[in-house]
Amino acid sequence: MSTASATVQLTAKDYASDQDIRWCPGCGDYSILAQVKKVLAALGVKRENTVFVSGIGCSSRFPYYMNTYGFHSIHGRAPGVATGIKITRPELDVWVATGDGDGLSIGGNHLLHTIRRNVSIKILLFNNRIYGLTKGQYSPTSPFGKKTKSTPMGSVDYPLHPLSVAIGAEATFVARAIDVNTKHLEYVLERAAKHKGTSFVEIYQNCTIFNDMAFEYATGKETKDDTTVYLEHGKPLIFGKDRNKGIRLHGMDPEIVTLGGDIKEDDLLFHDERQAEPSLAYLLSRMHYPDFPEPMGVFRCVERPTYEDLVMGQVHEAVKAKGPGRLEDLYDDGETWVVN
Amino acid sequence: MVVSTEPADTRKKPLQVIEREEITVRFAGDSGDGMQLVGMQMTNTSAMFGNDVSTFPDYPAEIRAPAGTLAGVSGYQLNFGAHKLRTAGDRVNALIAMNPAALKANIADLEPGGILVVNDDAFNKNNLAKAGYTENPLDDRSLTRYQLFRIPIDKLNGEACAEAGLAGRAAGRCKNFYALGLAYWLFGRSMEATERWIKDKFGGKPAVADANLRALHAGYYFGETAEMFPARYVVGPAKIAPGRYRKVTGNEAVALGLVTAAQLAKKPLFYGSYPITPASEILHELAKYKNFDVRTFQAEDEIAAMTSVVGAAFAGAFAVTGTSGPGLALKQEGIGLAVMAELPMVIVDVQRGGPSTGLPTKTEQADLHQAVWGRNGEAPLCVLAAATPGDCFAIVLEAFRIATEFMTPVIVLSDGYLANGAEPWMLPDPAKLPKFVIKHPTAESGNGHGFWPYKRNERLVREWALPGTVGLEHRIGGLEKRDVTGEVCYDPKNHHHMICTRRKKIDNIAETIPPLEVLGEPSGDLLVLGWGSTYGPITTAVEHCRAKGMSVSSAHLRYLDPMPKNTGDVLGRFRSVLIPEMNLGQLLAHIRAAYLIDAIGLNKVQGKPFMIQEIEDKIEELLNHHNGRKS
Repeated sequence: MSTASATVQLTAKDYASDQDIRWCPGCGDYSILAQVKKVLAALGVKRENTVFVSGIGCSSRFPYYMNTYGFHSIHGRAPGVATGIKITRPELDVWVATGDGDGLSIGGNHLLHTIRRNVSIKILLFNNRIYGLTKGQYSPTSPFGKKTKSTPMGSVDYPLHPLSVAIGAEATFVARAIDVNTKHLEYVLERAAKHKGTSFVEIYQNCTIFNDMAFEYATGKETKDDTTVYLEHGKPLIFGKDRNKGIRLHGMDPEIVTLGGDIKEDDLLFHDERQAEPSLAYLLSRMHYPDFPEPMGVFRCVERPTYEDLVMGQVHEAVKAKGPGRLEDLYDDGETWVVN
Repeated sequence: MVVSTEPADTRKKPLQVIEREEITVRFAGDSGDGMQLVGMQMTNTSAMFGNDVSTFPDYPAEIRAPAGTLAGVSGYQLNFGAHKLRTAGDRVNALIAMNPAALKANIADLEPGGILVVNDDAFNKNNLAKAGYTENPLDDRSLTRYQLFRIPIDKLNGEACAEAGLAGRAAGRCKNFYALGLAYWLFGRSMEATERWIKDKFGGKPAVADANLRALHAGYYFGETAEMFPARYVVGPAKIAPGRYRKVTGNEAVALGLVTAAQLAKKPLFYGSYPITPASEILHELAKYKNFDVRTFQAEDEIAAMTSVVGAAFAGAFAVTGTSGPGLALKQEGIGLAVMAELPMVIVDVQRGGPSTGLPTKTEQADLHQAVWGRNGEAPLCVLAAATPGDCFAIVLEAFRIATEFMTPVIVLSDGYLANGAEPWMLPDPAKLPKFVIKHPTAESGNGHGFWPYKRNERLVREWALPGTVGLEHRIGGLEKRDVTGEVCYDPKNHHHMICTRRKKIDNIAETIPPLEVLGEPSGDLLVLGWGSTYGPITTAVEHCRAKGMSVSSAHLRYLDPMPKNTGDVLGRFRSVLIPEMNLGQLLAHIRAAYLIDAIGLNKVQGKPFMIQEIEDKIEELLNHHNGRKS
């Protein structure tokens, strides 16, 4: 990560471009934009060394609103553009803003392979479980039976779960946050920014126009404490308004238990974001409302050599072994002949 | 050529040595028989001897189709001459067929009276059935038009290998060298270079090296001692410009050109690609050159390959992708983004037989429309086409120049014939190569409010500001932008202006390219206009016709969009224009639309290059028609 010299301390405002923001009033994207700017300022990130890349969709307007380098590419393809940037200039901080349609439908393949390679790109997947920019069709994360313009009788597609996909693709950093829980979102973004390798963050983001209240269960004052559980490394999974409920493992399955009596904190599932095997992270990614509280925070954060380091490592190794390339040597394939 | 109507092995005649201007040999066998390998060996040997050479491999899409079947036949054609060669030869003078399927698949190309060497041992019941023969063609007099030489190659090769302690299948793998040895004798070639190659290649396996050498020698000495052949054929050295040469295929030349361009510009070379026949060798070649700061990226698909290249160009690399027709179709949306973002990059399309999966290993020129017009919206870019395998090097340098000078994607069209065909190539002197000076704006040279991405110079070219430069932070993308300042803009007049500007910028490239040259008289009855790999047969056909006194000239387009400024003038000076193409008339449509000229097409879409004779015949037909009208 590139950080600014101590002399110029930028504030969140310094990361804003001069463009008018054109998201709908009340859109969850505003919060994400605000927290990203805060995090960059807090980390002292250099604007000139930062590139935001996006695809197509509401979320993908993101780069226009940042006073950094930016590339608003085509539908689903931001990871490809970002990978090209990162391999060319490993020193740049590269972020991808994408959505559930952009990232998981048309761009699913690229997401999968970028994560697998562990290219140091921070992928923010704005999940509103709907197609917003095309005016309200179901997305790959819309629940089964969802009635939309393209599914008036209800969707017959089973949804997929972004974090399960990312973990299945061998992600080294996987996290989830909610647009309205700004403090926690800020924390998760900061963790993502600091990770070396692909950071994958799913952000529950409310679309006020086409899918309003989709995350009400997880954000409503009355319900949120019982429908979400905040992960902390090394700590047991405890939740509930009275913090008296926990998650315990029953064989290979999680179960909700009430603390007290025979059940103590030590009996609960303890979070370990650094487990080499992603089984625990995957198990957490399968906990869904209404059967379980949905985990928030960092599911997984492990170290693995990054793609750009490995690519450049081979370049350096080749230079070391053969010396810097000379054109004369390039042309001579060892089977030349001379015509006089 | 000595023509025999009887099987040659029944006669004993004193050995003749016949001198020829050029000879075309084809080795054909199963795809696992190593025909490509021995073909290349003979090519190297002939080139080192001083012949001009031109080669073309013909291999199936299947890696190892069932042995002995027609689907599995792999061939390698070599033309070597005492004069300048531009094609791998129209007609095969000598065919070496290792089994019945190879005979069946190739016999139609052998000239009447041509030399036909067959591996007699392979013509057993089983193999004949697999090739679809009900009778053994060696026995039924169906081959009497050729000089047939039946040689028990399996047996003789087996005996030679046994001396090296190799038997069975391991010995069988040497029989290609037996055939090569025989060919070396027949055409008076030295075995030295191949001996060196075998020792080098199999250095770690002395028994294998020994067996291959014995097979090579056995084949050679069989020719000498069997008294089966009535003649040997020799082709003297060609007049070739002095210098140091190597053999190069089109794909190798592309790779060498890309590395060269990046080195001259002092930029990393980013090559993002997805494996596809017949372009994959470019990726393989480049992956060897990491010490030239080459960064290869094997993407998950064609689309990611393209978009990674767009990203790499934005970040400042010399960004390149390579593909073939189906891949180009998938890349088009990404290329459209590059047009919109006005970033420099090169897209190499090694055309193959289409549509859809088509004929993956065969050649075709049917992507011209796709290259010029294949994107949604008005999305102009520069399109170039290489003329010969060696020209792939020069065209890539030119593509890089145009891409960076005009901030545009450039599509370079090659094809299966150029990609796999080989010719001698003079090693360039790095000191004499063009210099590329790439300028990027700096914090001090910011061109407006920070940086205005679409502020243009007099040629309408924008600047290439790189991430990492303080103060030039800017955003680009696929949405239409306001000219100069670059913010998202839906204004109708601005859109029209930007559409015209992008087109005009591409047209401006024409100011920097050489005029279209005419070979032959600058005016006359007929101009044969070509592009891409038809250069060889067209130029040779026109030379032949001119030697016969016909009023015909030729011209070759390396620049397809924009075309040279004098193209209309050149075409207008001829009564007729003939355009031979391996498609149904794509350049023809382009020329007719651009210049309102009633050009005539000669179209062949068989997955095979034109024969010189086919073009000559058409020229004669057209000129006779003219003359008929005149009288």
